[in-house]
Amino acid sequence: MIKVINPGFYSSIQDLGRFGSQNFGVPISGSMDQCSADIANKIIGNNSIEALIELTMTGCSLKFEIDTEIAITGSDMSPKLNELSVDMYSVIEVKNGDTLSFGRIKSGFRTYIAFRGGINSEKIMESKSMYVGLTKNFKINKNDEIHLNESKSSMNKKHKTSLKKLILSDEIECYKGPEYSKLTTQNKDKLLSTQFSISNNHNRMGYMLNQKIKNTIKPIITSHVMPGTVQLTPGGDIIILMRDSQTTGGYPRILQLTDRAIDFVAQKGTSSLIKFLIKN
Amino acid sequence: MIDEKINLDVNQFKVVIESCASNILEVRSSYCSLLVIFDKEILDIDKIEDNLNNLYVSRGFLSKTDSFLWNIPVCYEKNFALDIDLISKQNKISNKEIIKTHTNRVYSVYLIGFLPGFLYLGSVDDKLKISRKKQPRLRVPRGAVAIADKQTGVYPQVSPGGWNIIGNTPINLFDKFKVEPCFARPGDKVKFFSISEAQHKLIEKEVEFGLYELKKELIND
Repeated sequence: MIKVINPGFYSSIQDLGRFGSQNFGVPISGSMDQCSADIANKIIGNNSIEALIELTMTGCSLKFEIDTEIAITGSDMSPKLNELSVDMYSVIEVKNGDTLSFGRIKSGFRTYIAFRGGINSEKIMESKSMYVGLTKNFKINKNDEIHLNESKSSMNKKHKTSLKKLILSDEIECYKGPEYSKLTTQNKDKLLSTQFSISNNHNRMGYMLNQKIKNTIKPIITSHVMPGTVQLTPGGDIIILMRDSQTTGGYPRILQLTDRAIDFVAQKGTSSLIKFLIKN
Repeated sequence: MIDEKINLDVNQFKVVIESCASNILEVRSSYCSLLVIFDKEILDIDKIEDNLNNLYVSRGFLSKTDSFLWNIPVCYEKNFALDIDLISKQNKISNKEIIKTHTNRVYSVYLIGFLPGFLYLGSVDDKLKISRKKQPRLRVPRGAVAIADKQTGVYPQVSPGGWNIIGNTPINLFDKFKVEPCFARPGDKVKFFSISEAQHKLIEKEVEFGLYELKKELIND
């Protein structure tokens, strides 16, 4: 068992997400930066489906009451084991009684901690990803106890991964959204030439940008949206929907991020800069 | 566009796509559009578009799948009907007439979205048509039955929301432990019937203990 001494700003249990239930209005959820989460699982020999911990902006403090192995990827929040710095993107051996903590954030915005065997927590609609109203808690709280799956020795064969550090990018690759063609030429130019910055209004559901674009498109009839959909509100605000995105919306959908671009946005915090790029 | 025929066509084509494609994760239907989610990024969108167009053209005649009419109990009394006076005043219609008009009609389930289990139903009688609130409520109660423009719907859980509330249903709209968490599916129909506050309380208890069974009828047309 692992005891949560301090959960940090916003930490949650995530996996690949909840698929097949969007027709009932259930969000997909899952790790915001899927690539970093996947690497963390691979480093310690887990299957990609295993649930892990996602940290946001600040680290957590965990006390281990078991021997295990962990891997830390994504944002560099200066991880420490018993106050001594440990390497990211490598297998870290942890002994019963050890404490994992974090320091200053050096790059990125979200960190992943994978545990050998994966986290054993409640599975709702085929996923362990925490979400309001579905799982008992929507984030990890102080004094929570985290249990791990028993790991078989055969699982312990570590995958080799060539990615050894977090890749950051300000260039956000997109496809044209269903309502892109309704934008004026001037607005299309503005959308693709402006260096946007992330506002302080961002979370697992969506990221709002600081700069606006005058919206001349009428609201659309309620239609589907998904992680990576870029909406333009009647007031001209631009919202990038993220992993906890609602399933439907009535704002024009001007762009759709590529899967990899969603990971890049997930590593951005307030004031970070981004630029949209249409993929051909 | 809110049109029953178009929506039926959309839902039937959804079944066609689901039955013939292997690289598709999920197909989601809406009022007049479909979202097709592929298992990996598409490299040749034009080809996919052509394939889907051909599939649509050659889809042939489809037999209708079973759909149901669900009878949902709603209490329209003062404590629940937070905006009924507003609609009464704006649309110059009595509260009694609002309840009669809302319960008289059979609504189509066009879409489930926004929140887990939120049913988008339509269309309401023009006499009940009212635009969304400018300032959304921060806490719409669970079970609130509400109207926005020509749509009506039920809030499955407490949530912020801008629709105009005219009543409350004690039934459960979303059960996360069921494979099919919502009783209704797009293409089904819904009819509301009026209950008293005392009945609302009773049904609420019955729902809690799993004793309440929603009345449903198979639709044959």
